[in-house]
Amino acid sequence: MRLSEVHPEGTKVMIGSVAFTADDIIRFAEKFDPQPFHLDAEAARQSLFGGLCASGWHTCAGWMKCFVPYWLGEMKRLAAEGIEPPKLGPSPGFRDMRWLRPVFAGDVITYFVTFVAAKDLESRPGWRINTILCEGENQNGEAVIRFESKVIEFP
Amino acid sequence: MLHFEDFPAGTRFAFKPVTVKAEDIVAFAAEFDPQPMHLSEEAGKASILGGLAASGWQTSAIMMRMLCDSYIHQTASEGSPGVSSMEWKKPVLAGDTLSGTCTVIEARTSRSRPEIGIVQLRGEVINQRGETVAICDYANMIRCKPAGSDA
Repeated sequence: MRLSEVHPEGTKVMIGSVAFTADDIIRFAEKFDPQPFHLDAEAARQSLFGGLCASGWHTCAGWMKCFVPYWLGEMKRLAAEGIEPPKLGPSPGFRDMRWLRPVFAGDVITYFVTFVAAKDLESRPGWRINTILCEGENQNGEAVIRFESKVIEFP
Repeated sequence: MLHFEDFPAGTRFAFKPVTVKAEDIVAFAAEFDPQPMHLSEEAGKASILGGLAASGWQTSAIMMRMLCDSYIHQTASEGSPGVSSMEWKKPVLAGDTLSGTCTVIEARTSRSRPEIGIVQLRGEVINQRGETVAICDYANMIRCKPAGSDA
């Protein structure tokens, strides 16, 4: 079965949540994005963000952290129903990523995926590029991140 | 300290080379992207990536660190509203040495906040063979020089 059959177009599915602790925010930032507003609560208060907040790349990684177990569960569920799961491959990238609001220490972000479109690859028969909309919102229901990701699907 | 005025189109910063270690790939993947080709050499070899490969999100995060070290740390930067496009062009495999550049594409002041400029940049990450592994078009909010300053 193809991804477009498993996920009807436009259906938004919740894939999980991540709690962003101050420790996790600082640990990620020390390695990858050591800017004062991701490392130090006092410095963050002086910045445009107004408080210690996660690197935008940490917020993205949180989406992936939810999607992988969600998708493993989907594959198991489909197999149990006797349906061959779609064979998803790596992603060639994403577009239109918007960091809509800071993710502050203590926020819990819930992530979603929405199937948008599938396009057949002319160069490789049976291969497809799927477009999926990826979103996250905080515990107040405010959108914090959205982007459109591409996912390869094998025949 | 660099301000918005120091970022005319064409300004370019070079990334310091970074070697991506197998243990770092596995540690990142275990926390954020636990797919087999990011967790073991064997599974990576069996995949179309051809070896133990970094999650695209790790490559992105490594690029972020390169941006910090190349210019953001010496810039009055106020973060980013987003990324218009990220292309993961080639797998980043364990042992690869990444470097690259980022280049200012366009710079304009913010209409709503005249003290802030919005700079569009393109980051390009290359491997030790000179192959482009990632291209990223993104925006960076940068404070303008304080009024009255002639520095």
